[in-house]
Amino acid sequence: MFQRLTDPLRKPVSFRFEGREIEGLEGDTVAVALLAAGENSLKDAPASGSPRAPYCMMGVCFECLVEIDGAGHQQACLIPVREGMDVRRHLAVREVGQAVGGEAE
Amino acid sequence: MVTDFIIIGGGLVGSALSHGLLKAGATVTILDEGDLAFRASRGNFGLVWVQSKGDGMAEYAQWSRESSDLWVDFAQSLGAATGINVGHHRPGGLELCLEPEEYEAFETSIKRMHNQGGVGDNDRRMISGDEVRAMEPNVGPEVIGAAYCPHDGIVNPLATLRALHRIAANAKADYRPDHRVERILPQGPGQGFRVVTQRGDFVAGKVILAAGNGSAALGADVGLDIPVGPERGHIIVTERTRPLFNHVLGQVRQTDEGTVMLGATKESVGFDTGFNPAMIQKVANNAVRKIPALKGLRMIRSWSALRIMSPDGFPVYQESDEHPGAYSISCHSGVTLAAAHAMSLAPRLLQPGFNDHYAAFSPRRFDVPKTD
Repeated sequence: MFQRLTDPLRKPVSFRFEGREIEGLEGDTVAVALLAAGENSLKDAPASGSPRAPYCMMGVCFECLVEIDGAGHQQACLIPVREGMDVRRHLAVREVGQAVGGEAE
Repeated sequence: MVTDFIIIGGGLVGSALSHGLLKAGATVTILDEGDLAFRASRGNFGLVWVQSKGDGMAEYAQWSRESSDLWVDFAQSLGAATGINVGHHRPGGLELCLEPEEYEAFETSIKRMHNQGGVGDNDRRMISGDEVRAMEPNVGPEVIGAAYCPHDGIVNPLATLRALHRIAANAKADYRPDHRVERILPQGPGQGFRVVTQRGDFVAGKVILAAGNGSAALGADVGLDIPVGPERGHIIVTERTRPLFNHVLGQVRQTDEGTVMLGATKESVGFDTGFNPAMIQKVANNAVRKIPALKGLRMIRSWSALRIMSPDGFPVYQESDEHPGAYSISCHSGVTLAAAHAMSLAPRLLQPGFNDHYAAFSPRRFDVPKTD
């Protein structure tokens, strides 16, 4: 979906998303590196379960939450990518209390 | 263009009225303010609330209930006309009590409403803390009971406003944003009204003041007394999480998307939508005592907005005696009453006898002789 502009001065950075090897560039945020690599859904919506992608890219919409190196609910659009990072969907949504079936109609 | 109606105010009240009028075949101009308006329609909590409405006025209890019933079809028709899901649900509502005084106050209110006739207590009843926890597993041990009403619900007020605006646009209503109204000039008996804005004049046969707190200052131009003023409330919004509730809670409301909205405070501070940290603290503490699990969620936004309050909290509906064809439609509950405004009240604006029909909501109720 996204194409990078050529930038020979930035060094490649390798990390993993859901166990897959991803190559980003130094200075990318996690969200930028993942979108550039064609990963268009970083988490599922907590209530409906529909797939979600980073939207605002500036820390406001919370649609880019991911787990990074075991820490949950991280904003991928605000965190620079680092060599060897382990990014996962598992702890994208903060779970509190006891989930119910949703509101009755 | 001269239209049948000019509606002053493009919020939920004005938009709902435009929907009903357009459906009845009338032509409508909507004069709205801009982005900086005090807009309760965009700052509110989104409850379609019946319980506690009309304690002291049976007609308002009946009116709120009627709107809650109408909302089922109204939400469906908005979705069908626009493709916008306004997120209406009516699972019943709970007002959680932490203190015996709160519980007793609700209990007394139910008895009063039961005895005032009409729809009475609207099926509201008190339930114990354990009953509440059986219905809602995330309610904490500090909650001693709740007032429960099966007719309470929620809706997404932003989606509702958008749907109503789209319907108005599709029906060729003349919607004018950034047209703050400065004066209303009656043109003589049966001659309609000239409405003066910053950007030119508009003329219509009838004029409706639906500008929330902004209506109060304009009423005098057409002989209407509109005793409403601002009451500030703060809301906190948390990050999204899994669905936590089976019912709507009065001060803790989870949206369809999973965010939890927390309310609600009351302050009289005039036209000021500033941020009061003490109020935020109060809202958060109250919510966490009721639903301890909320402690684990991050707060992501907060705001304050202004309610539209009359002296007794009930609506003020009237047609001007001095200048017939000029109406005030003012109320606190633009969300709850949107369905009734669109489907029930709007057609009455095309018929004679408006004041007789809505006699209970006339501001004359405030004209009681003073006893010295």
